[in-house]
Amino acid sequence: MKTPNRREFIKTTAATAAALASGRLHSQPAAQTITAPSADPLVLELANEALNAARSGGASYADVRVGRYRRQTIQTRERQVTSVADDESYGIGVRTLVDGCWGFAATSTMTRAGVQNAAREAVTLSRAAKTVQRRPIELAPSTPAVGTWMTPIQRDPIEVPLEEKIALLLRANEAALKVRNVRFANSGLQLLREVKTLLTSEGTNVTQTFIRVGPYFSATAIATGDFQEYEEELAPRGQGWEYVESLDMPGNAERWASIAAEKLSAKSVEAGQYDLILEPTNLWLTIHESIGHPTELDRAIGQEANYAGTSFVAPPEKAIGKLKYGPAFMNIQADRTQANSLSRVAWDDEGVPADQWLVVENGMFKDYQTTREQAKWIQHLTGVARSHGCSFAESWNAVQFQRMPNISLLPGERDITVDDIVAATDRGILIRNTGSWSIDNQRYNFQFSGQSYHEVRNGKIVGMLRDVAYQSNTPIFWNSMDMIGGKSSYWMGGAFNDGKGEPAQINSVSHGCPPCRFRNVTILNTGQKS
Amino acid sequence: MTRDEAKALADRVLALAKGVDQARVNISSSWSGNTRFADASISTSGGITDVTVEVTVTIGRRRASASTNVLDDASLRRTVDLAAQLARLSPDDPELMPELGPQQHVIVNAYIEDTANLTPAARAGAVRRTIDGAGGGQIFSAGFLDASAIAVAVATSNGLFAFHRTTDVGLSMTARTPDGTGSGWASAGSRDWGKIDPAAIGRAAARKAESSRNPQAIDARPMTAILEPQATNDLVPLLAGALSARAADEGRSAFSKPGGGTRIGEKVMDERVTLFSDPADPDLLAMPFDVEGFPLRRTVWIEKGVLRNLSYTRFWAQRQKVPPTGTNTYDGRSNVLGGGLKMTGGTKTTDELIAGCERGVLVTHFFYIRSLEPRTVLFTGLTRDGAFLIEKGKVVGPLKNFRWNESPLLMLNRLEDIGRPEAVAAGRHMPALRIRDFNFTSLSDAV
Repeated sequence: MKTPNRREFIKTTAATAAALASGRLHSQPAAQTITAPSADPLVLELANEALNAARSGGASYADVRVGRYRRQTIQTRERQVTSVADDESYGIGVRTLVDGCWGFAATSTMTRAGVQNAAREAVTLSRAAKTVQRRPIELAPSTPAVGTWMTPIQRDPIEVPLEEKIALLLRANEAALKVRNVRFANSGLQLLREVKTLLTSEGTNVTQTFIRVGPYFSATAIATGDFQEYEEELAPRGQGWEYVESLDMPGNAERWASIAAEKLSAKSVEAGQYDLILEPTNLWLTIHESIGHPTELDRAIGQEANYAGTSFVAPPEKAIGKLKYGPAFMNIQADRTQANSLSRVAWDDEGVPADQWLVVENGMFKDYQTTREQAKWIQHLTGVARSHGCSFAESWNAVQFQRMPNISLLPGERDITVDDIVAATDRGILIRNTGSWSIDNQRYNFQFSGQSYHEVRNGKIVGMLRDVAYQSNTPIFWNSMDMIGGKSSYWMGGAFNDGKGEPAQINSVSHGCPPCRFRNVTILNTGQKS
Repeated sequence: MTRDEAKALADRVLALAKGVDQARVNISSSWSGNTRFADASISTSGGITDVTVEVTVTIGRRRASASTNVLDDASLRRTVDLAAQLARLSPDDPELMPELGPQQHVIVNAYIEDTANLTPAARAGAVRRTIDGAGGGQIFSAGFLDASAIAVAVATSNGLFAFHRTTDVGLSMTARTPDGTGSGWASAGSRDWGKIDPAAIGRAAARKAESSRNPQAIDARPMTAILEPQATNDLVPLLAGALSARAADEGRSAFSKPGGGTRIGEKVMDERVTLFSDPADPDLLAMPFDVEGFPLRRTVWIEKGVLRNLSYTRFWAQRQKVPPTGTNTYDGRSNVLGGGLKMTGGTKTTDELIAGCERGVLVTHFFYIRSLEPRTVLFTGLTRDGAFLIEKGKVVGPLKNFRWNESPLLMLNRLEDIGRPEAVAAGRHMPALRIRDFNFTSLSDAV
């Protein structure tokens, strides 16, 4: 697949444009009105200082990341603000390769001596690792990158006046509290601005500014001896304040809260086998857990065995081109160029340009998510020499490793809507939004719930249900998919807090999909009482 | 960071905040050293130092916070000014409580030099001993050693100063058999590195992996389960989320009384169960104050099966006219009660619990636990790294893993037997449990 260079990327987001031309995506990149900032001269000076110290300590390769993170969070309940916080974190992380062994050290002491010490500590860690190593690390080639990039936004959410943000949230709560039986409303915002400079001993020198926004809304309805909560699926995005405004939380909150009240009188589901219609607001998380994680190469070869787990998509030689993931109309695309998505970058945390590739093609597993260290492990199976650019660290104080890019189910060729799927279903349940989620350590057995459940009979939605969870096995589930929505029904959800690694790190990632139908899925009743 | 250094930094920040009505400074100075391994090789390792200063400013009834880890005067001033600006822009907080004045905190000695001085070479050596304990590379081994030393201080413009230092170390290993059909896990955690035996962890993980090879599938249904102490630690602390007094009073908790009020004083589980937090307990050695500097003392949540207390913030305690217990904190995984957590009630070992079991499932630990239904504290999750069939008091063979839907509250009403508490992590002491009709709901193919 063609790799966009920086110039093409900024001008046209080439890969996304290609996808648009093929009709596979319908989200348009927002107009960029804020120019990508360059690195602070002091940052470059300290980063070079650390690189030099790593080299003179004996590192054959080193990379240095300087990050400055600004996080603002606002939380409200009913008619009050429960917290306003603004956090800044600034520091440097140095990763070294000595005799084929990794070491990593990080410090917030941003002085020449401080960064030199960190570089020396990383070298010491590399040398200590040499005593417990079977084979040296080898990196896939990557052309050094130079440049700047910024999330295309119209309005920086951190700079929006606080009064405006608080007013928006409290207006939403007020609207929700108009609904009968709704006694509690919670809303909030997580806003992030991250400036990251990466220098490598191979000559990469890039500075990127990422903007992410995460709105939140839920309402709780109370009746005697019972309570029901409804949380709207307000997807976090790599966008500016204009995205939060587009959600019209004050205008929609009354409708959202009325769903919590309606749940109080919903019928408890009868456990059994049903055809399941999953809206994109629910299915994105199932994709994340049952396709995103098992196609991470570090899991497949056991590097996550002690924490996040391994994968059924293994070993690579038995999976690539051989594992039937789902029906022939199933295409799963990994994409770090996707407009408005959370894991969109111009370069990853090893300086590899953003990539777009198929993980599942026509139902067959095709390729994993990789970093420079991992690409060589499966090059003989995929023919792909480069890293797919999946290296990421949550902060300057964390070592980069393989993290999930945006992983999306591409819409079907026919423009089918969720209404068409309901109309074609005799006995089913339609699920909206995400609730509980859990999956085993090889990503077979999963169980998910939602926020609202709707009984489908003879092609129509006939009422609301409660106490619903669906449980299945990943290969069986995806091979039971028999209807897929078209591009007009495609929607992108996502998460700010995907966890992996030791020490645990979080990653922000988006997943797009259309609504789909799955046949004969096990439905549980979660209303256990004793 | 020493007490004097923390005090000096807090005083610098409070001096910058002289112009506001009230201010609080929270300081966290941390070092962590970690070493991760997979396939008998160190895969990543790190050494990280950081100092964070959070300033909470109150102007009238308005409050906001800002934090930074840039400690020069200009940055600290900017952070104080930002907090003040955010506070001025915030609406009045009707629930605002004044910052605390001087308090009496218990002294907890939780700082062990051996842990704070665990060098990269010493960690690599410990990893080598862990792998060798597992058989030196014949079995696939992956694990993690993480040590940290943290100093925490809270100071307010009303004269409070609290300081606490702690160390924390954990070592865990997963062993997988070459045929891919067996997996075992073992871990240990403590304030004190000297209490951890790397070779023993390697041996235990490898033994579990070997004995879990070629597991048998039996139908998933409610069955007696014996939870090893680590499995108990995966489930019982989840009760913390339900122990909020406010949620109970508001009618949205399992501890809400139908018609209003809380279930304090009611028997809510088996009478053998006692659950408490106590920072000074020698088995816990937890932080003796919360984020506001409020002193944490022994709080009994469940006493012989009776709900004795819920978690009261200062605001909710004042409103309900009861003493506060302190504010819950978030440890990165779940909402946890301050002051550690210990469950008591029995004296038996895990083996004795097995010996008393006619037929059941022995569980090593659990994975991917998520809330399903807050009304009953119902969660879902899976067994992992060793589930075994028990018949007539003996472990007779490995079982395929199960998914379960179960509530720590409901299951403690079905308690058959309870073991003696053991250290499972720094600040956690949990026993093995034998639970009747543990709700296993489906089989998992995962190994």
